[in-house]
Amino acid sequence: MNKLDGQHNPPVNAIEYDRVSKTYPNGSRSAVSDLSLTVERGKFVVLLGPSGCGKTTLLKMTNRLIEPNSGTIRVDGIDIMSVPAPELRRRIGYVIQQTGLFPHMRVEDNIAVVPKLLGWDKRRTSARIDELLHLVGLPPDAYRRRYPAQLSGGEQQRVGLARALAVNPDTMLMDEPFGALDAITRSKLQLELRRIHQELGQTIVFVTHDIDEAVRLADDIVIMRGGRIVQAGDPLEIVTDPVDEFVSDLVGASDALRRLSLIEARTIATPVHAGELPPLEMRPETIDVRAALGVMLGRGLERIALTGEDGDVTGILELDAVRTVARTHPIEATV
Amino acid sequence: MDLIRGAIDYIQENQERFLDALTVHVRLSVYALLLGILIFVPLGILASRWSGGPALVGIVSAARVVPSISVLFLLYPYRREIGQIAPFWDRNFTLALIALTLLAGPPLIINTDAALRGVAPSVLENAEGLGMTGSQVFTRVQFPLALPVITAGVRTAAVEVIASATFAAFIGVGTLGRFITSGLTLYDFSLLLVGAIPVTLLALGAEVSLAGLERLVAHPA
Repeated sequence: MNKLDGQHNPPVNAIEYDRVSKTYPNGSRSAVSDLSLTVERGKFVVLLGPSGCGKTTLLKMTNRLIEPNSGTIRVDGIDIMSVPAPELRRRIGYVIQQTGLFPHMRVEDNIAVVPKLLGWDKRRTSARIDELLHLVGLPPDAYRRRYPAQLSGGEQQRVGLARALAVNPDTMLMDEPFGALDAITRSKLQLELRRIHQELGQTIVFVTHDIDEAVRLADDIVIMRGGRIVQAGDPLEIVTDPVDEFVSDLVGASDALRRLSLIEARTIATPVHAGELPPLEMRPETIDVRAALGVMLGRGLERIALTGEDGDVTGILELDAVRTVARTHPIEATV
Repeated sequence: MDLIRGAIDYIQENQERFLDALTVHVRLSVYALLLGILIFVPLGILASRWSGGPALVGIVSAARVVPSISVLFLLYPYRREIGQIAPFWDRNFTLALIALTLLAGPPLIINTDAALRGVAPSVLENAEGLGMTGSQVFTRVQFPLALPVITAGVRTAAVEVIASATFAAFIGVGTLGRFITSGLTLYDFSLLLVGAIPVTLLALGAEVSLAGLERLVAHPA
């Protein structure tokens, strides 16, 4: 909270949901009941849950596409109901599945939608379009003048991402943006989104029902069921310490490999003893245990050396340690 | 071939008369179409946003079975009153204009309504989600996306209006139809062609040029 001292510092919490409820008279859409959640600035938060759990409703309430029956939502400390909805939405990036691009507009015009609404001049908009296309990995010369129908699904989604980032919003809402893509394209885009998030540091709220996607992207995962939060925490915590059977089934907590993929190898390494010769096979200490296991099995090794940033050996990863951690709760093993 | 020869001879000998009829025909058709667009496209827009829209469109579709010529004759007894609407025009011209405008109505309403309803809800919601106001969503996204189908309605209406303007000759409006009615009465088939061929060419011309416009406003799919 020290960051709040300076007058110009923005509030620490990007989004606050305070006892938010939404019910539909005929129950046709999924409701949200009495939900409170705080999203810290710069965090990548994934709302995860089966269809009908209310995750999309919660997301759409954030930019007032759906309005809550009760409760308060604050974005950057401001009650969203105190701002006209279009004004609020222009400050928040919004990405949905690929159908969201406007088919009658070229790529450049799709990206320019929000800058135009905000009255940017042509030169600034045009420069920004080039910048954004570079950022999402589409060369402007080849892509600016194309129509959405002339793009692949993955390319369309990149343009959708560029459009949402156009005016550099502090907050992004993403509703299963990669849901309609094939597996290879999806994981490629997940990596790029992660990179862009690290580069730009916006707050992202991302809805998905895909646990692998959630684990790959999230700083924090919020698991929902029946309009309520069942569990919230970082991916490792969720996978290794599910609160109940529902979460355990949803995240496949019994999947040892998934758990290993969330643990950095250095956390279960044994120190190098003086005078001991380290194994020849070396990997960075930040490698995840699942990948390290792959190396060991692939090469038929019992142990590999882990190296720090400067290349020095910092520890040894033993196959036995991996076995142990795969069987037990890694939290206990690593503490 | 003799018939066509005869028709061409007739046009050459009666150039003024022919051009007169052609002008009246085109003027009547264009006015009816423009008036129809001004009235019925907005009605189609209302129908697409109003809960009673589908019922209205159903009634309009049913009304299409009424032949244009019967509208002409149904209105005929009221020509005096109708003439007062636009005193600067011949009253029969005004009457024909009203009948043809009504004729243009169904394809314009039906296509406008269907085109606007046909825009994917996800696209509209996304437009809203990006921060467009209701009217911006309509003018920048929904209407442009609906435009090709609306243009198709204009095309259908144009062809129907041009063809039906021929019937206006029955109530004494000097369209190209006058040569057809005279030709039938006099058993002069060359004269009949003087009316029939230009009408066909006009209708074809409207069809082709509006189809071109339709492609122009369409987005690649």
